[in-house]
Amino acid sequence: MNKKARRTALALIGGAVSIGLLLTGCSPSSDGGSAPGAVSQDDIDTAMTTPTKLTFWTWVPDIENEVKLFEEKYPAIDVTVENVGQGLPHYQKLRSAIEAGEGAPDVAQVEYQYIPSFVLNDSLLDLTSYGADELSADYVDWAWNQVSPDAAVWAIPQDVGPMGHLYREDILAKAGITEPPATWDDYATAAKAVKDSTGSYISNLGATQAGQMIGFFWQAGVKPFGYDGKETVTIDVNSDGAKKVASYWTSLIQQDLISTDVDFQDQWYQGLANGKYAGWLTAAWGPIFLQGTAESTSGLWRAATLPQWKKGEKVSGNWGGSSDAILASSKNPIAAYELAKFINNDHESAMKLATEQFLFPPQVSVLEDPAFVDQKSEFYGGQQVNSLFADISKTVDTDFQWVPFMDYVYSTYEETIGSVIADKGDLAAALHAWQDQLVKYAKAQGFTVK
Amino acid sequence: MTQSPALSGERADFPVLPRRRTSSAKRKQHRAAYLFLLPFFVVFVTMLVVPLVYAGYLSLFESKLIGGETFAGFANYARALTDPAFLGGLGRVGLFFVVQVPIMLGLALFFALALDSARARGSKAIRLFIYMPYAVPAVVATLMWGYLYGPDFGPIAQIARAVGFGTPDFLSPGSILGSMMNIVTWEFVGYNMIIMYAALRSIPAELYEAAEIDGAGQFRLAWSVKIPAIRPAIMLTVIFSIIGSFQLFAEPSLLNAIAPNAITNSFTPNYYGYNLAFINQELNYAAAIAFLLGIVIAVVSYVVQLSEERRERREMRLS
Repeated sequence: MNKKARRTALALIGGAVSIGLLLTGCSPSSDGGSAPGAVSQDDIDTAMTTPTKLTFWTWVPDIENEVKLFEEKYPAIDVTVENVGQGLPHYQKLRSAIEAGEGAPDVAQVEYQYIPSFVLNDSLLDLTSYGADELSADYVDWAWNQVSPDAAVWAIPQDVGPMGHLYREDILAKAGITEPPATWDDYATAAKAVKDSTGSYISNLGATQAGQMIGFFWQAGVKPFGYDGKETVTIDVNSDGAKKVASYWTSLIQQDLISTDVDFQDQWYQGLANGKYAGWLTAAWGPIFLQGTAESTSGLWRAATLPQWKKGEKVSGNWGGSSDAILASSKNPIAAYELAKFINNDHESAMKLATEQFLFPPQVSVLEDPAFVDQKSEFYGGQQVNSLFADISKTVDTDFQWVPFMDYVYSTYEETIGSVIADKGDLAAALHAWQDQLVKYAKAQGFTVK
Repeated sequence: MTQSPALSGERADFPVLPRRRTSSAKRKQHRAAYLFLLPFFVVFVTMLVVPLVYAGYLSLFESKLIGGETFAGFANYARALTDPAFLGGLGRVGLFFVVQVPIMLGLALFFALALDSARARGSKAIRLFIYMPYAVPAVVATLMWGYLYGPDFGPIAQIARAVGFGTPDFLSPGSILGSMMNIVTWEFVGYNMIIMYAALRSIPAELYEAAEIDGAGQFRLAWSVKIPAIRPAIMLTVIFSIIGSFQLFAEPSLLNAIAPNAITNSFTPNYYGYNLAFINQELNYAAAIAFLLGIVIAVVSYVVQLSEERRERREMRLS
């Protein structure tokens, strides 16, 4: 009894001490991102046959299936997949673990727009010396530029979201529209016809959905953000190009031709299923998502390219998508890199991701595989939706960048633009407020703002 | 709470015992007492005091994405005191406290008195029903109310439309605070009622008999006997409510998903601190906000308690 009590006391003191250590060990480590000499094939062979444990943080459902393929190929490597949350909670835990200096995974899913925020504090491993630069030709250019904006390679692309237009053929037909609108002007005209003759909105602009609006910026050739990888950021969210896009949406909103419900909420799901919205301007991950949300409307939907700013042009933007990055703190960087590479580069694994988890692939070999592109979708009246989005993917502007504090950018979008959308105000004017807040924050954080 | 003279006199009369005689037995007892208290203190220190001190330490620094950490003294506190976002949030929870708490405690008191008067049939079942919302986690409650408030498919909106009142918007920037008050009231009336009810049950029956002999009716009884008798319990619920309303977090953070236009990032001070730490990555500033909020809560609680004590003393002098 006495012994036990002593042991408990010791354990408690031990706990107290380790908490103390944790607290003092909170300064971010700065030993990352360095690129030692290139890794040889021998090193790789040794690493892949030495029993190793890896941790992999991702929220992709059923990714265990692809990990299993990897483990079958390299039986010595034991991978633990952990889902610590989707999006924001995931990054919060990742940042806490990096700050604490322990508990971070070897491989982590990172969306493209968040890569710079981890590059900033040297948390990611530059993969060039591991042979990642040789993979560049395997991916569509613009996706590769997202993980490798300069000489370094920070992650392996996993999926992307080139934007297109999903619409209800039946509702548009009722309004006398037989072809999907080719230009944004046509789209505005169609919006009026649809509203007048059917009462539906042609689509919904998520009031607080920065990702969608930034996708529209991307399509219009607007370059709102830039980062040199060190201390200089470019913030230009109120450029003339951005204002043109914002004014376009302002006019549709003010004429009540487009709804502004918050997306990915009950109201919005119902709206997609019951014809409140006759369409959805969305990304390549949208078609499958919609299929699950609006099952009862199967066969009524069609897919098309985004309306264009200039007639005859073919340009699109991107909304969403992820990559897998290796943490600089990983004790087994070679095995970790091989895992990220295998999952997203091995043809069998990449095909599984594309056809079973429905992640839209950035990988050229999958985009050309008939088993993927020739799939016909009944939900879209037998259309080859994958093939359409594979073509769209080729038209995405290759030179779009981010700043290393996109969480803040999105949250201020909600504050400055989101509230104006809800009040049917002038979006172009609200861009100035957004710009001001972003510049102020960037300067306070010590960045040089261009 | 006055010391009876008999008691204090007795103490003075006690002979002062030589120390040595009791010491060995007393010391053993003391040691045992400290040993029993030790687990609590270990957890208290490691889980509360150490993090608190660390947060205080953090709040004195400034951390930038570029340039790292530097000592900033009280700069974060100075910034908070002029930060319209923080002050706005504080004002909002202040308003929440002034409006919602009297309603909630008034309802709780009413229910407690009604149940205690034993007039209500099936009082046990009613007590349980009123208390039940407290058993629902705040997260679930907010999600549930979020659905009820929905403008298109929420039942309240549907009924209002069917009756011809149009669609009420519970989630607009103007009405969200009221909607939130409603949720919190629904959640906590039962909890406060139970505290008051328990206090009511411990009032000695002689007081009632005496009041009845004096010809007091039920209302007079409630007003002049019951409420004064459970004043300490009511005070307790007030203090709990101060802490609860100034620390509002779960409701705004969950309603933000369905009403992002109405809930700003700094809607309540706690929610602001959370966003500062995890979105803006201004951990040090968030620590300062948390500390200031703690101070505000302590001050408000103290002022409320002090004014109550003063009132009590004044009334005693009058009687």
